[in-house]
Amino acid sequence: MTAPPAAPPPLLQLEQVSKRFGTRPGLLGRLFGQKDDGVQAVNAVDLTIRTGEVVGLVGESGCGKSTLGRLAAGLLTPTSGRVMWRGLDRDMLDADEARRAKLSVQMIFQDPQSSLNPRMKVAQIVGEAPRVHGLIGPEGFDAYVDAQLSRAGLDPAMKRRYPHQFSGGQRQRIGIARALAVQPDMLVCDESVAALDVSIQAQIINLFLDLRTELNLTCLFISHDLGVVEHVSDRVAIMYLGRIVEEAPAEELFARPNHPYTHALLAEVPRITHRRRHFVPIQGELPSPKHPPAGCHFHPRCIHAELRCKMEAPVLREIAPGHRSACHLNKLD
Amino acid sequence: MIDDDFHQDVASTLTLDIRNLHTHFDTRAGTLRAVDGVNLRIKRGEIVGLVGESGSGKSVTGFSVIGLVDPPGRIVGGEVRFQGRNLVGLEEEALRQLRGHDIAMIFQDPMMTLNPVLRISTQMVEAITAHEIVAEDEALERAHDALASVGIPHPEERLRDYPHQFSGGMRQRVAIAIALLHNPALIIADEPTTALDVTIQGQILAVVQRLVAERGTSLLWITHDLSVVAGLAHRVAVMYAGRIVEEGPVDEVLDHPMHPYTAGLIASLPSHNRRGTRLAQIPGMAPPAHDRPTGCSFRPRCARATAECEQDPPATTPAQGRSLRCFNPMPAGSQGGRA
Ligand SMILES: Nc1ncnc2c1ncn2[C@@H]1O[C@H](COP(=O)(O)OP(=O)(O)OP(=O)(O)O)[C@@H](O)[C@H]1O
Ligand SMILES: Nc1ncnc2c1ncn2[C@@H]1O[C@H](COP(=O)(O)OP(=O)(O)OP(=O)(O)O)[C@@H](O)[C@H]1O
Ligand code: SF4
Ligand SMILES: [Mg+2]
Ligand SMILES: [Mg+2]
Repeated sequence: MTAPPAAPPPLLQLEQVSKRFGTRPGLLGRLFGQKDDGVQAVNAVDLTIRTGEVVGLVGESGCGKSTLGRLAAGLLTPTSGRVMWRGLDRDMLDADEARRAKLSVQMIFQDPQSSLNPRMKVAQIVGEAPRVHGLIGPEGFDAYVDAQLSRAGLDPAMKRRYPHQFSGGQRQRIGIARALAVQPDMLVCDESVAALDVSIQAQIINLFLDLRTELNLTCLFISHDLGVVEHVSDRVAIMYLGRIVEEAPAEELFARPNHPYTHALLAEVPRITHRRRHFVPIQGELPSPKHPPAGCHFHPRCIHAELRCKMEAPVLREIAPGHRSACHLNKLD
Repeated sequence: MIDDDFHQDVASTLTLDIRNLHTHFDTRAGTLRAVDGVNLRIKRGEIVGLVGESGSGKSVTGFSVIGLVDPPGRIVGGEVRFQGRNLVGLEEEALRQLRGHDIAMIFQDPMMTLNPVLRISTQMVEAITAHEIVAEDEALERAHDALASVGIPHPEERLRDYPHQFSGGMRQRVAIAIALLHNPALIIADEPTTALDVTIQGQILAVVQRLVAERGTSLLWITHDLSVVAGLAHRVAVMYAGRIVEEGPVDEVLDHPMHPYTAGLIASLPSHNRRGTRLAQIPGMAPPAHDRPTGCSFRPRCARATAECEQDPPATTPAQGRSLRCFNPMPAGSQGGRA
């Protein structure tokens, strides 16, 4: 499914993006036994997000989902690789364009508690950025904030309160109102419903779905809950230890998973229709992101691993239209 | 109706029998009825899932059973019968002997069980010698076997490690290994897999399931996740605002929920809704524990509420083995988990 030549460039495109935390010790350090305690949180990721699309990002704790989200939102700069915004390298934009590009991707954080300034009233939290960036003047401030709060399902009468006076679900709505207040083109939602009650989770997911239709929002939706991701996403990327190992349209991925890790994930998803299952312990151990195994990062847990898997990292290859997977079993060459 | 013989029969196989338990917290905002008349029974070898909204009193119920409610909280009424003996009002020393030996608790955060500055071996040996007189090398050997039984590779090496040298899922399995050291008759697990990814969760559920089957342990599994309950438990109890509003066999409750709250929870699961469509949602939020409406606490959110619901719904037995607190149960044939 190649795009017709006249198609506009994708909204956001990550090209071989990597992020490493901590620095490698110098030669002298290594001579004196200083340990390399850096973490390759994101490792050469290619990901394209088109306008209006919801892309789900799934993977286990510590695999680099939040880091990738922050890179996409421009809150972190890659150690290497390029982030293209509407076809332009985000690092090459002039100051004004860079500011606009940054505003147009907003992030909703994993932990609403710590991402909202506890000393600011809700009206300030939501209205501050639009005011600073000149989206609203002083006269329109109150009406604008009220509209943002209502849209996120909050009563504007509560805008003089502080974040701690709200429930977890309401705080998540404040985060959504704040993100949408600067009129972004794209949202990065990091585990936005993970900490919430089942019944509140459904309310927030519905809010996303409504806003998406209403505002034609593009969205990178990060979650470890495959049920939620399947429900909201158009396309899904599966991440394992810093790398994307599989990516496909949501329906295709859930119907025809290719990568052994994706298979393992899908097999373990608890479903309400699946009663008194016989749970099977997975063999092997979760490796530390500090010392990822050589070759395919998944090989120590993979029942199909061959010699090649221990030596050589498989690359992401298209195995069906729009469906990419990084596994040596695909024997494409 | 249940006759007396049946009752006797059940009592002999009951591990836990919670009767009309009330646990309150005296706070500045007033008396907070965290647990407000809970009844719950668990038989030998039975797994009961306890689900419900955040703040509904699931953890406080678990803590009440093992006498770990901290002030200002206290049990103000009811009984906790463990193997026939009422634990409410028992001396702290007697409770301490039971904890970790006959009754074990596994927490969401394994670091509530583990000491970050001690090697795993030290902690496990201490856990054993606290309840038994055992030579150290024998204790070490048991610790080794316990780690092996929860699937920790190379236990002899891992015993020397500190908690931070394990991944999250492994730490949780170490905490489980410690909980199981003395072959407890009852395990209370409070959301132990909520923070883990599904493959690691599956490993832990496999361990727990095997132990229950092999040793006849009784298990109270507290969780938000109805799907985990479906896969693991025999019975499910649904808690709302300090009370168990519905209880029964998993298949019956999930396929034919009777309480509107249970039905709402099931209907809101993404798997019950067509991809990309709005989810069925329960309106509103759970009331704060210090300010619950009179009558049925679910009333302000309930589509089936009538004037009658301004009274307290009593616990009823709508079918053999099921219990319910609701004046207007869902009609028979309403959709459940097999839809
Ligand atoms: N600021 C930082 N400094 C050092 N290491 C970091 C930093 N942020 C993340 N890491 C490390 O990078 C790796 C990826 O972390 P990240 O938060 O992206 O994972 P995640 O997939 O979002 O996990 P979770 O599901 O638990 O939120 C982890 O090993 C983490 O410890
Ligand atoms: N130490 C305490 N002091 C005062 N109130 C408390 C204390 N511990 C619990 N509570 C209150 O008791 C009620 C029940 O809390 P509990 O922790 O049992 O809820 P829960 O069902 O386990 O919720 P969650 O799913 O969020 O863990 C809540 O309203 C809570 O605020
Ligand atoms: S008792 Fe009334 S308000 Fe409560 S759940 Fe039943 S119908 Fe709804
Ligand atoms: Mg994260
Ligand atoms: Mg709890």
